[in-house]
Amino acid sequence: MPAPIRLRELIRTIRTARTQAEEREMIQKECAAIRSSFREEDNTYRCRNVAKLLYMHMLGYPAHFGQLECLKLIASQKFTDKRIGYLGAMLLLDERQDVHLLMTNCIKNDLNHSTQYVQGLALCTLGCMGSSEMCRDLAGEVEKLLKTSNSYLRKKAALCAVHVIRKVPELMEMFLPATKNLLSEKNHGVLHTSVVLLTEMCERSPDMLSHFRKLVPQLVRILKNLIMSGYSPEHDVSGISDPFLQVRILRLLRILGKGDDDSSEAMNDILAQVATNTETSKNVGNAILYETVLTIMDIKSESGLRVLAINILGRFLLNNDKNIRYVALTSLLKTVQTDHNAVQRHRSTIVDCLKDLDVSIKRRAMELSFALVNGNNIRGMMKELLYFLDSCDPDFKADCASGIFLAAEKYAPSKRWHIDTIMRVLTTAGSYVRDDSVPNLIQLITNSVEMHAYTVQRLYKALLDDISQQPLVQVASWCIGEYGDLLVSGQCEEEEPIQVSEDEVLDVLEGLLVSNLSTPVTRGYSLTAIMKLSTRFSSLNRIKKVVSIYGSSIDVELQQRAVEYNALFKKYDHMRPALLERMPIMEKTGTNGPAEIVQTNGETESTILDTKHLPSITQPASQANDLLDLLGGNDVVPVIQTTVPTKPASAGGELLDLLGDLSLTGGPTPTPAPSVPMSQPPFLLDGLTSQPLFNDIAAVIPPMTAYNKNGLKIEFTFERSNPNPNIAVITIHATNSTEADMTEFVFQAAVPKVCSFPSSSTVYGEL
Amino acid sequence: MSRQGKLRLQKWYTATAERDKKKMVRELMQVVLARKPKMCSFLEWRDLKIVYKRYASLYFCCAVEEQDNELITLEVIHRFVELLDKYFGSVCELDIIFNFEKAYFILDEFLMGGEIQDTSKKSVLKAIEQADLLQEEDESPRSVLEEMGLA
Repeated sequence: MPAPIRLRELIRTIRTARTQAEEREMIQKECAAIRSSFREEDNTYRCRNVAKLLYMHMLGYPAHFGQLECLKLIASQKFTDKRIGYLGAMLLLDERQDVHLLMTNCIKNDLNHSTQYVQGLALCTLGCMGSSEMCRDLAGEVEKLLKTSNSYLRKKAALCAVHVIRKVPELMEMFLPATKNLLSEKNHGVLHTSVVLLTEMCERSPDMLSHFRKLVPQLVRILKNLIMSGYSPEHDVSGISDPFLQVRILRLLRILGKGDDDSSEAMNDILAQVATNTETSKNVGNAILYETVLTIMDIKSESGLRVLAINILGRFLLNNDKNIRYVALTSLLKTVQTDHNAVQRHRSTIVDCLKDLDVSIKRRAMELSFALVNGNNIRGMMKELLYFLDSCDPDFKADCASGIFLAAEKYAPSKRWHIDTIMRVLTTAGSYVRDDSVPNLIQLITNSVEMHAYTVQRLYKALLDDISQQPLVQVASWCIGEYGDLLVSGQCEEEEPIQVSEDEVLDVLEGLLVSNLSTPVTRGYSLTAIMKLSTRFSSLNRIKKVVSIYGSSIDVELQQRAVEYNALFKKYDHMRPALLERMPIMEKTGTNGPAEIVQTNGETESTILDTKHLPSITQPASQANDLLDLLGGNDVVPVIQTTVPTKPASAGGELLDLLGDLSLTGGPTPTPAPSVPMSQPPFLLDGLTSQPLFNDIAAVIPPMTAYNKNGLKIEFTFERSNPNPNIAVITIHATNSTEADMTEFVFQAAVPKVCSFPSSSTVYGEL
Repeated sequence: MSRQGKLRLQKWYTATAERDKKKMVRELMQVVLARKPKMCSFLEWRDLKIVYKRYASLYFCCAVEEQDNELITLEVIHRFVELLDKYFGSVCELDIIFNFEKAYFILDEFLMGGEIQDTSKKSVLKAIEQADLLQEEDESPRSVLEEMGLA
């Protein structure tokens, strides 16, 4: 059989292939040749064949049939063979193939080979791809080599040990004695790898960490020597002595100094020295400074040092090199919580970074900007952020919009400013706004009573311009439904009032209903808005007509609403004004907090239902909104649910909550679920009239016995508290009917968030 | 990898399935090659940071962990390129294509398990030199025998 072609030959040939198919053909031919050559067990050309196979593997072709051949090469005595064999092992094999274990013996022998380069090969292979079994078997050899005086081998053994520890952490102890003298080496290679080894051990085990803390002075000394020593051509990079080692030492110092006062104190000086003396003109110097800053921020450094660190980061921000700016922004983001004031000083630079071309930098700058917003700079910052919102990529818009809402809510200097800001966001990035912002905004608007006219006017104008952005449209139609009367009467104080007639308003709302751009949710909003206007406008006939048209709509949701509104016109017309009254002010209990129900001051208190027992309260906001809309102006508004409710809600439960009660489930035993219709909205209105829910409040729940066993009787009594009829008070009577004393009586109540306790929720005592 | 998306060298320090490796390489290629020249050398990918640098027609990419220093990684990449340059004498892409195994040897002498073995350029190059000599010694006896017709 002719000698297999040489590697270079093959590469050249393959590169002449003009199409994928041609290349594939060549490769297949060669693979076949290689396979038969392997079968012949030809020692001379095995190396060449495996090398060719590795090349083809890199191009993406399967090469697993070469795995065993690699093992044979490793076992060969020739250095060339071993070199290629080990390379092949590292490229083709890993711990997932069972075959790899066969290597173990070879590696063991090679670790003890007379030639250091062979030992080096073995260590390298073990350190790159050794599996846990291999590591376990060979850890002893590695440990031996760690103690050798040959620095070439020592450094490799150290890194190999790192890999062993990563794979089999329990073996860490084994390497401890060998680490004793590692730092006294002169050879930088050994020093570097030793520091890596020490870092790995400290990161994994707190015991090791405390053990190695005593090395801090030594490390400081080494670092000092590096900085102070003269030019050393061997390790110099752009004028800095061995930056790799410096960075590694700084990192180890960081780990050792974290949380420990003494160590941190010992490093203070050297950190200051590095921070001030390092050349910053090239990337190398900045790399060291970056690591230094990270270290300063993590350990218990004195405040002067911290300020120095932040100033370095500030300087980074002004650097022309965008990599450095990126790194600075990332670090500032980490430190903004702890050193807020220092970071504030660099605010203008950060805001400038919003205009950077690089996507990663922009994102970092945006996050950082939000972290820096406070009451003082809100106006300026918001201007920049809104400008950013206009021009940024779509991926950013959602985050930016949410961030703006949050910031505006926390720091809005005036209601008008707040509403203007929201309007701006809705009109520029309306489609990217998150779903939960709509209820948030509605609540906000409701709460700013004096701004109602202004708000509705602006929203109306925005609607006239553009009806494609759903969140904007939804908020606008809700507002028009609520405050349409203000709009038509032209009462706006803040702005030039516009002249709008009822018909024009209804035109717009009807337009929304028929438009292709409106989602079903939006249509629901506008239908409800039209309905609400029936009590505020005088064009009743028009509204009735619209509502009855949709009574046969294909969309079930719309149809349902329309049918019920029709019913409202026909059967329950006497209730209509009450139901569709103005929404009361909602008390906000916090944005993005855990799901909570808000207690409202019901305007129609007489229709508030009696207290009921409910096991669960929380529900998704969207459903709530629907029901809310259905009921029109009735009092309860379950607000803002941004987290997934942890308790499943029953449909009937929602209804009851909507109608504004407190659920009382005090005490250790949950009360049984109420006998409320668990059905969905179709029967809602019926439910309103037929259920005892609308009975007069006067009826109080009779006292109940929650627990009566072993002589301990616990009774609940219920009554409405006088100052605030919305609050029901549960009193617990615990009686001890045995003769002995009951000590350490602890009463703890787990309640849904609706309820609150006047004092602590735990009562200790004796009966 | 080259500008056209051809892989020239790849080194994995964590055990990954072949299929996953291919997928990752493809993804990475797409992301890195799409970067414009003015953009910074770092990007976030999955839960890692990618540090890349372009030298002529080749992109050198490193995936590092959250806590690693990106700037020093750039220096590591640079050092590797310098080593290649010194070894091949003004290295170009073709050198790496035709001598990929040598490039791997240099990489394995410089890094192990993802960490630097020796910070001195001289040491690394010397070690490679010596190993190459060993290889030649290996091969010469054989060719002598072949010459004598005894192989």
